[in-house]
Amino acid sequence: MYDPTVARLTYRALLGRRRALILGALPLLLIVIAVVVRVLVGADDQTAADLLGGLALATMVPIIGVIAGTGAIGPEIDDGSVVYLLSKPLKRPKIIYTKLIVAIGVTMAFSAVPTFVAGLILNGNGQQVAVSYTVAALVASIAYAALFLLLGTVSRHAVVFGLVYALVWEALFGSLVPGARTLSVQQWALAVGHKVTGGELITSDVSLTTATVLLIAVTVLATWYAGQKLRTLTPTGEE
Amino acid sequence: MTTLNIDHVSRWFGNVVAVNDITMTIGPGVTGLLGPNGAGKSTLINMMGGFLAPSTGTVTLDGAPVWRNEQIYKHIGIVPEREAMYDFLTGLEFVVANAELHGLGAKAAQRALATVEMEYAQDRKISTYSKGMRQRVKMASALVHDPSLLLLDEPFNGMDPRQRMQLMDLLRRMGAEGRTVLFSSHILEEVEQLAAHIEVVVAGRHAASGDFRRIRRLMTDRPHRYLVRSSDDRALAAALIADPSTSGIEVDLAEGALRIQAVDFGRFTALLPRVARDHGIRLLTVSPSDESLESVFSYLVAA
Repeated sequence: MYDPTVARLTYRALLGRRRALILGALPLLLIVIAVVVRVLVGADDQTAADLLGGLALATMVPIIGVIAGTGAIGPEIDDGSVVYLLSKPLKRPKIIYTKLIVAIGVTMAFSAVPTFVAGLILNGNGQQVAVSYTVAALVASIAYAALFLLLGTVSRHAVVFGLVYALVWEALFGSLVPGARTLSVQQWALAVGHKVTGGELITSDVSLTTATVLLIAVTVLATWYAGQKLRTLTPTGEE
Repeated sequence: MTTLNIDHVSRWFGNVVAVNDITMTIGPGVTGLLGPNGAGKSTLINMMGGFLAPSTGTVTLDGAPVWRNEQIYKHIGIVPEREAMYDFLTGLEFVVANAELHGLGAKAAQRALATVEMEYAQDRKISTYSKGMRQRVKMASALVHDPSLLLLDEPFNGMDPRQRMQLMDLLRRMGAEGRTVLFSSHILEEVEQLAAHIEVVVAGRHAASGDFRRIRRLMTDRPHRYLVRSSDDRALAAALIADPSTSGIEVDLAEGALRIQAVDFGRFTALLPRVARDHGIRLLTVSPSDESLESVFSYLVAA
């Protein structure tokens, strides 16, 4: 179910110079902030948790997810080059599955790894804060990549919709409307993170069971549906 | 022997009918799909290539359905109209990737690049390629798996004459090898130079089919209209009407020009400059007034 050639093409498109710059900027910012906070405030578990929760998990992970998830297929559909994949005796779900693996890998590399590094800088993984948020970021990477890969397959405005979801729904709406939090990748990931720390530094509005079921359901359904959409996709012409 | 069967195929988008009940059979050799822009050629080629579902009717390749059948691409090579093609790769990397997606290796890619004579530039990034080089690399990517059917959407668009000739030679060779080659074009001369067999599509309908000479005759035998301005319109009109190649001349006073209807196209085009010279008349404007493709094609539809 994994095609190394599709993966190679996807990696090279995703990590092209301009996109790699955007992908690299946010993690770099997080680490710089972590260093500044550590120098100014010193090692503090609550500050570390606030920063990793507010900046890393709530903002950086979804944005990286949008860039990697939509970027893994959206540009190819937009410019029509996807026709070179579609005109091959390849199962469409295989193309989607491969691109999902790549998108997950890139999202994890550019969000979970810097989260861990920033956590170490902030309080040296005191109370398991760094590890917990890293696990949460890893879990969120999978769901975001699947969700935004689907968005990139069905919409030409995937990046806009993705950012609206990530920033408005997850960050704003979720904090105002309690019910919205149940349907938030961030909260699901926090539930997993909470399990890892065991403490009260990381809390979630959803139970671990609900979170796990929803994470798996969203990932599987999004991936399946993207595969179905690709089966009937018409590459656009010049007209 | 590969035969593509299009059987009573229609395709509409909302209320717009792009392809209207077309039935045709494309066999080995080079076939030209001719029609003005917007006639539905691309829609038809998309359906032939399995990228678009017909609203009604079926497209089959040697009996196997083309739509939703990925395995069919073992036999089809596609050269899309769009330029985009992973510009960050080199030509070689691109063709190798296409070969791998067919389960083939670098050897097949190298052979395809040799066929289109692009080995000399294979290590350059595609983003540095000219239009003609891109087209040839696209051809190579379509040929890696040695397909029996080759579909090309407007392959000559934007190519210079030399590139055009090279590609025509290549397609001729493909046809002579027994492959089924279908290309679309809105330029009659292109199709005429390359394809012995022509399918004409106008406004979504199948307007004509068959030998290019017959279609060419249909196109040239119709009355041609010209708008002519000269230093002495009336003297010119008098001299021209004496010849059987013209069937009517109107002196358009408002325009200050002659409207000439010619029935024998070849003879008239030779006659006009000779008559003008013999009578010492200067020709200021000679323009065919209904030479637009649309009018040529609509004449065909009426025929």
